[in-house]
Amino acid sequence: MSEGVIDHDLAAGVSPVSPVPQPDGSGQPTYTLTHKTSPAGGTEGDLLEVAMGPQHPSTHGVFRMDVALDGERVVKLKPVFGYLHRNHEKIAEGTTYLGSMPYTDRLDYFCSLTNNWAYALAVEKLAGLQPPERAEYIRVITAELTRLQNHTCLIGFLLQDMGASGTPLMYAFREREKILDLFESLTGSRMMCNYMRFGGCRCDLPPGWLEQAKQVVGNYPRFLDEFDRFLSENEILLARTQGVGVLSRGLAVDAGITGPMQRASGVNYDIRKVDKYGIYDRFQFRVPLGEHGDTYDRYMIRLLEMRESLNILQTALRDIPTGPIMDAKAKIRGFRPKPGEAYGRIEAPKGELGFYLISDGGPNPYRYRVRPPSLINLTVLEDMCLGHIVADVVVILGSVDIVLGEADR
Amino acid sequence: MLGEGIIKGLAETARNFVGSYVEADRLTTVQYPEERLPTKEAARNFPFLVFDGNDAHAGMRCVACQICEKECPPQCIYIEKSKDKKPDYVGKPQFYPKIFDIDVSVCMSCQICVEVCPFEAIKMDTEFELSNTDRFAGLLFDKHQLAKSNEYYRKIHPAEAAAVDGRLAAEKAKAEAKTKADVEAKAKAAAAAAKTAAPPPPKPAPIPTT
Amino acid sequence: MTRLEQIKSRIEAALPGARLEIIRNDSPSAQHSLLVDNEHALAVARFLRGDPQLRFDYCSNATGIDWPDAVLKEKVKVKKVVDGAEKEVEETVEKKRQGFLEAVYHLYSMELKQGPLVIRMRTGNRADQAHLPSLTPIWRGVEFQEREIYDLYGIAFDGHPDLRRILMWDGFQDYPMRKDYVEPDDYEYEPTPHDEVLEKTQKHYAQETKS
Repeated sequence: MSEGVIDHDLAAGVSPVSPVPQPDGSGQPTYTLTHKTSPAGGTEGDLLEVAMGPQHPSTHGVFRMDVALDGERVVKLKPVFGYLHRNHEKIAEGTTYLGSMPYTDRLDYFCSLTNNWAYALAVEKLAGLQPPERAEYIRVITAELTRLQNHTCLIGFLLQDMGASGTPLMYAFREREKILDLFESLTGSRMMCNYMRFGGCRCDLPPGWLEQAKQVVGNYPRFLDEFDRFLSENEILLARTQGVGVLSRGLAVDAGITGPMQRASGVNYDIRKVDKYGIYDRFQFRVPLGEHGDTYDRYMIRLLEMRESLNILQTALRDIPTGPIMDAKAKIRGFRPKPGEAYGRIEAPKGELGFYLISDGGPNPYRYRVRPPSLINLTVLEDMCLGHIVADVVVILGSVDIVLGEADR
Repeated sequence: MLGEGIIKGLAETARNFVGSYVEADRLTTVQYPEERLPTKEAARNFPFLVFDGNDAHAGMRCVACQICEKECPPQCIYIEKSKDKKPDYVGKPQFYPKIFDIDVSVCMSCQICVEVCPFEAIKMDTEFELSNTDRFAGLLFDKHQLAKSNEYYRKIHPAEAAAVDGRLAAEKAKAEAKTKADVEAKAKAAAAAAKTAAPPPPKPAPIPTT
Repeated sequence: MTRLEQIKSRIEAALPGARLEIIRNDSPSAQHSLLVDNEHALAVARFLRGDPQLRFDYCSNATGIDWPDAVLKEKVKVKKVVDGAEKEVEETVEKKRQGFLEAVYHLYSMELKQGPLVIRMRTGNRADQAHLPSLTPIWRGVEFQEREIYDLYGIAFDGHPDLRRILMWDGFQDYPMRKDYVEPDDYEYEPTPHDEVLEKTQKHYAQETKS
């Protein structure tokens, strides 16, 4: 067991403890909600108000932060969303269940395969479909590859935000390219995969794909080791990240933060372990946990998670059985689930991605809701940034890992 | 020692710099457009219409059933059905699309039209160099631009096309066997009728092809 | 179902007066939900979070649903005297349902690793009574999601610390996710092959040249 990694044990595991707010005001979490709006509706004194974004190289898309600065210190920060809003949910209410599948690719466009899975999972719950075993294995393999390439990119972007111009990002993209090639030969598209279907997957693995995947997975640890040596001990990186943007465990639970960000704060909650959706109960992997909840922990958590993903991938690529890839009950044309509702969620690379669907028996969903981890993880952005200098805001935002296609929908 | 981590990191940069000259694994890019990566079998870009044989009109597999038009998520397909019919690959008279337009500036390459098509008539192309100076008319592809031969389909997606050809051949054989059986049954009935000295019924006239 | 009934009786024991109702879900997912009355919603939420056996400390998803005015057709078995003998006859009864807006919360427990518990709240109607108590003081994770419900459905959350539009811009008037929302004719159409859109485009530009 390496340092900083603990086994996930449901009984004896570290359980998050967060205070329960009481009617008399005791037990309230330490943050205050009142700093959002000052009495005058603006900030007073000699504060400098800066709009970071929507066109700003640090904001990972069209995202704005209205920041009030006292000198260089941040005293107020309000995220402003909606620049990429296209009302995905309303569009989905007007298309068939299958027709929404390609739109899910465009939510978090780095991780189209996990988006597909989350949506397929929700519809399968709604309609009572069960994917065959081979399809489940393919789903695990593609989802873990997606996690690898997402985390690889994220650390590249994070370092770019810190001023490591170009080089780490190019190394990250070089490795990601190999995974995207795998996606292309399997699904036909590098990023907009549109691969999973309700009750299985669209097409079987092409010949030779497993060997290629094994080769990519086999070469990946070398890249991770190199990346580790390249930057993890870099003094500038340590100075810029350690103790910056600390997120406490209580606040992480209270604000519904999920994914690597929450685990970096020490909360032991991984939906792959908790819900055991798909066939995740067959794989041995550990859940890395952070101790301090700062930006450095969030960076390291991703490196450690990638190593765990590689373990899952090696097992899955070895054990994948032959067989059908679609549930025999599944229909492509004329799919109409019975009235009812379902909420399906998975551990996407960015956090908990959930789909909530209501069917009224028609070909289109009555209600279609995406629970976007990118948006909800930004709830605590202000709490993490207060008191830091404006240059740190960029780094903290980079460590949250957002994609605006998903936050704004 | 302060700076040790930075020196370690620079060693990695040097390793990658030198390595990019000797290891293919460290240099994954090619010099487009002089060099090109081979397209993958599953690659997809925009849809096209498959026709059999040499004549795009006579061999057009599409029967204008408009399922793809209804299922298309961004609604980029526009079809108008013909008034007359033409025989399809098994010889059954079918409608054909009088107008079949795809707005590729709207199309999101999702392949759902291919999946829902019951006639193997629409498939995904791999052509991606489609830049145009007119973003409206230049990117609105009509029936003639979309029609591509089955040979082309075999060239870009060999394995998939072989499976489709097999399926269609089997269907055709089945249809032919059925018509043969029908003809034989008819001949038998005619023979039986001739015995009772009744004139055979006149054969229905073939439906014009255009 | 039994688990949900246990939770319901546990809440009722702790909070006398709270009106709870189990909403059945007959789809294969079998995620039944608990309808909570608006006066006690905050107290129920606080109990769900604090109770040592429940500890729902994580609100994963909060969302709105629009149920416009509708006529529901229901098949009811009615006893009737037909030809002197009493018989059960199926009859279709039409019921008018007044429209309402609904907020749904999916709760999980990070501490006890259980869930989901689905709770719902309903507004009185879709106009002046579109108010619900905010659960942000209990789970801060719903802060942005309640803002989103307010933005897209128009449910005002009382007690929310910062209730503003989140996805649409501040001056926007309507609530786009409602079923009766009509798209404003104020954006740029591009000519497409689809006749519906084309018609709309022509109409739009004809109006523009007139004015």
